[in-house]
Amino acid sequence: MALLEVRDLRTSFFTPAGEVKAVNGVSFFLDHGKVLGIVGESGSGKSVTAYSIMQILEKTGRIVGGSIKFDGQELVGAGEKVMKTIRGNKISIIFQDPMTSLNPTYTIGHQLMEAIMLHTPRNKKQAYDRAVEMLRLVNVNEPEKRMKQYPFEFSGGMRQRVMIAMALACEPDILIADEPTTALDVTIQAQILELMQSLQKELGMAIIMITHDLGVVAQMCDEVIVMYAGSICEQGSADEIFYNPKHEYTKGLMRSIPTVDNDDSPLEPISGTPIDLLNMPQGCPFAPRCDAAMKICMRQRCERMQINDWHQAACWMNVKEAFEKEGGDAE
Amino acid sequence: MTEQQNLVEVKHLKEYFQINTGLFSSKPLKAVDDVSFAIRKGETLGLVGESGCGKTTVGRTLLHLYKPTEGEIWFNGKQIVTKQDILEYRKKTAMVFQDPYSSLNPRMTVSDIIGEPLDVHKLYASKAERQEKILDLMAKVGLNSEHANRYAHEFSGGQRQRIGIARSLAMGPEFVVCDEPVSALDVSIQAQVINMFDELQNQMGLTYLFIAHDLLVVRHISDRIAVMYLGKMVEMADAREIYDHPLHPYTKCLMSAVPLPDPKKARENKRIVLHGDIPSPLNAPSGCPFRTRCPYATAACAESMPEFKEVSSGHFVACHNMEKFN
Repeated sequence: MALLEVRDLRTSFFTPAGEVKAVNGVSFFLDHGKVLGIVGESGSGKSVTAYSIMQILEKTGRIVGGSIKFDGQELVGAGEKVMKTIRGNKISIIFQDPMTSLNPTYTIGHQLMEAIMLHTPRNKKQAYDRAVEMLRLVNVNEPEKRMKQYPFEFSGGMRQRVMIAMALACEPDILIADEPTTALDVTIQAQILELMQSLQKELGMAIIMITHDLGVVAQMCDEVIVMYAGSICEQGSADEIFYNPKHEYTKGLMRSIPTVDNDDSPLEPISGTPIDLLNMPQGCPFAPRCDAAMKICMRQRCERMQINDWHQAACWMNVKEAFEKEGGDAE
Repeated sequence: MTEQQNLVEVKHLKEYFQINTGLFSSKPLKAVDDVSFAIRKGETLGLVGESGCGKTTVGRTLLHLYKPTEGEIWFNGKQIVTKQDILEYRKKTAMVFQDPYSSLNPRMTVSDIIGEPLDVHKLYASKAERQEKILDLMAKVGLNSEHANRYAHEFSGGQRQRIGIARSLAMGPEFVVCDEPVSALDVSIQAQVINMFDELQNQMGLTYLFIAHDLLVVRHISDRIAVMYLGKMVEMADAREIYDHPLHPYTKCLMSAVPLPDPKKARENKRIVLHGDIPSPLNAPSGCPFRTRCPYATAACAESMPEFKEVSSGHFVACHNMEKFN
């Protein structure tokens, strides 16, 4: 049994303009000690997937279907009481912006100890010791002195370390990192990624890494999910996704990023603009921007298909290719 | 390199901001401290560095959006000194800003946004001519003519950036400062805009100063790249040269810190991880600004700022101990 099982998750936001299907049938498994990357553009539903797992959606958002099982326990519809035992204890989350996720009016020590005492039966003294220990773990110098300081006295990279320390204080089984390095500079990003990698090995937790940066994914992840317009278009091991992409959107993404080898030729962008979630097309959501789109793509969504043991994709092109191999007529 | 080939030249540029540190005391923040470089006609110079290193200030001071504290700015072989010079200079230069959401006035239509520079400098004889110029600009950046009467909020990020670019091209500039023009855009849209920058450069013979923190994007678009750290320029060379043979220890760290979108290379990549954070520019270290984080720092580094000198053809570095570790 996988540690986390998400099946056909559907989350919608109910706005005055209509229902926005932000997550539209997402399924995946996560095992102990694995790093899963979720990539996609803004509005692809990658963050909403994470917020749905934690059930920290905004008021207008609601899980409308599907199941999320943690260690065999169903979380959808489980209620606040159960979620409180999960959040922070079993599954922790760190957010993109370390500037706004700490309270500016309390000391770092106060905020760390608050989190620790809320989730574990430690007294104040023990919580203090644990907080200092956690700060040391994430390489914050002079942790005793730092405990007394306020967030404004910390740089962006240091704040993100504090957030990681807070998230890991209760030794969660899963850490969800929502664009943890997007707001940071490259050299600081390298520090934080290095830290996350070594902590992951040391503590053996699973990580869900949400990002739009394919470089971060390549470096961190064992397995990758590519999302577009609320659904998964491709999923597989990192090597499969990068070297053998089987969905037209993933292929487009790979062609459109500058790499070290292609600096003379122009980039090959994906044409068109991101999709409007209020006006979803009937067929494949990527079809309007897809250069290889066929008639069927406009009419009907492709089911996820198994490419090989480590790879799934939802693209009609694979059906066409399989047909052509057998000598059939694709159209 | 002769004087004539250089379109823009900067000599010993300094930009200090006075920061109040107490009720009666203030201290200069050396955002840009003694930077000299030249940009050749028709080339793209990439400017990279971490936040707070002064790269945006260089771009803005270069266009006289900030009055330089000290130093000279030369354009087309002529020094920019008087108010009249600055006015003329501004007609030939333009800026593209990072955030396409806040750099466009939400109460103006697209045609008014693009037409505003034309209005300011009175560059048309009749309304029909103005309209014609605007539509021409919109076509250049790939916007539909029917978009002219819409407002900025009706567009996506990529399209807004196109509007901003059309506005900056309205005066027919020779030199454009692009301040992080693609970092607010999604990956799939980024490539569209980068390609457009390339095409416009070929069509109109533009010269760019391209400021960005995404090193792969900068490498793709630039002919030469300059690296800044804490207000000082530490290295400048051809784009390939600086990636293949970085000489300054900071550039080395920067290059190795880039996450490569390739799992095999990422696994092999030996990263040099820097310790600590960038110091505050208010309390910049003495001598070389990088010495507090530099793995090779010696006593000499604390005493004086190393000279920014040419070590091989077109490759400038400012480091005391370069010979030792290279």
